[in-house]
Amino acid sequence: MDVIRELEQEQLRRDIPEFGPGDTVRVHVKVIEADRERIQVFEGVVLRRSGGGLRETFTVRKVSQGVGVERTFPLHSPRIDKIEVVRRGRVRRARLYYLRDRIGKAARVRERRA
Amino acid sequence: MPKGILGRKLGMTQIFDESGFAVPVTVIEAGPCVVVQKRTSERDGYTAVQLGFGEQPEKRVNKPMLGHFKAAGVKPVRHLQEIRVEAGEAFADLEVGAQVRADVFSAGEYVDVSGVTKGKGFAGTVKRHGFSRGAMSHGSMYHRRVGSLGATDPARVFPGRRMPGRMGGRRRTIQGLKVVRVDADRNLILVRGSVPGARGSLVLIRETVKHKS
Repeated sequence: MDVIRELEQEQLRRDIPEFGPGDTVRVHVKVIEADRERIQVFEGVVLRRSGGGLRETFTVRKVSQGVGVERTFPLHSPRIDKIEVVRRGRVRRARLYYLRDRIGKAARVRERRA
Repeated sequence: MPKGILGRKLGMTQIFDESGFAVPVTVIEAGPCVVVQKRTSERDGYTAVQLGFGEQPEKRVNKPMLGHFKAAGVKPVRHLQEIRVEAGEAFADLEVGAQVRADVFSAGEYVDVSGVTKGKGFAGTVKRHGFSRGAMSHGSMYHRRVGSLGATDPARVFPGRRMPGRMGGRRRTIQGLKVVRVDADRNLILVRGSVPGARGSLVLIRETVKHKS
């Protein structure tokens, strides 16, 4: 078991900022299109963090042209260039699924002031 | 060119590959193995290399086996396995006492992995043969039963009818698994996908018989 833990430790990224559900983040994703690599930014509210260790993922939701878009990223994926925390949100639960049923003003998350 | 190595299944995890995709892998502690004996067509009627794997204290080995190891001049090992080779191949040229390490394989190659599957005990037809089960509710009294064994007219059950029985605990080979990574320093081979057997069980990794580019 220890070898497996070692293999996973080696792949963990240490440059991930601390963030959680309710925070607004800007995820810089490396996308490969026609043997060219560029960086695409996906900005939205973190709905959840799931799993642990190397397998941890997080889901970001944004509303794009009136359509809700959610993307789930592996937290330690090398395809993620960087994650920026734009805004801290004050929320009272770990999974913000209720945001899916809300639109416009109701879908806001109150800001947390440190 | 056939080649092979014995190893111990350590378990599964995931690895991010060069393009950043998460790949499911089985981690196998492969080798170091030692060549204990060679079979030749003149003496044995076929050619093969006998590999040994795993430490074994001398007091656990019986006298006939001890003699076998003495003749090869190697330390006693726990498992022995022959690998059939054709004379003249690189793997057949290994001398008795030579070491076989994880780096006989390299990333990108395809392999077949054999092992003894986890025993499932006495299993019903739903688990053992993938039969459909009946409804669990709505007054159904037919949940996971065997069902019909055939027509009434022959007045017997034909051989080969799939029925409940012992499941698992048999040697199985998974073919065409891709080697994702080889770590010779730590004697590790990472193979894409799952492999028969429980963690800690003995597995045999061989070059695949089906060619896959």
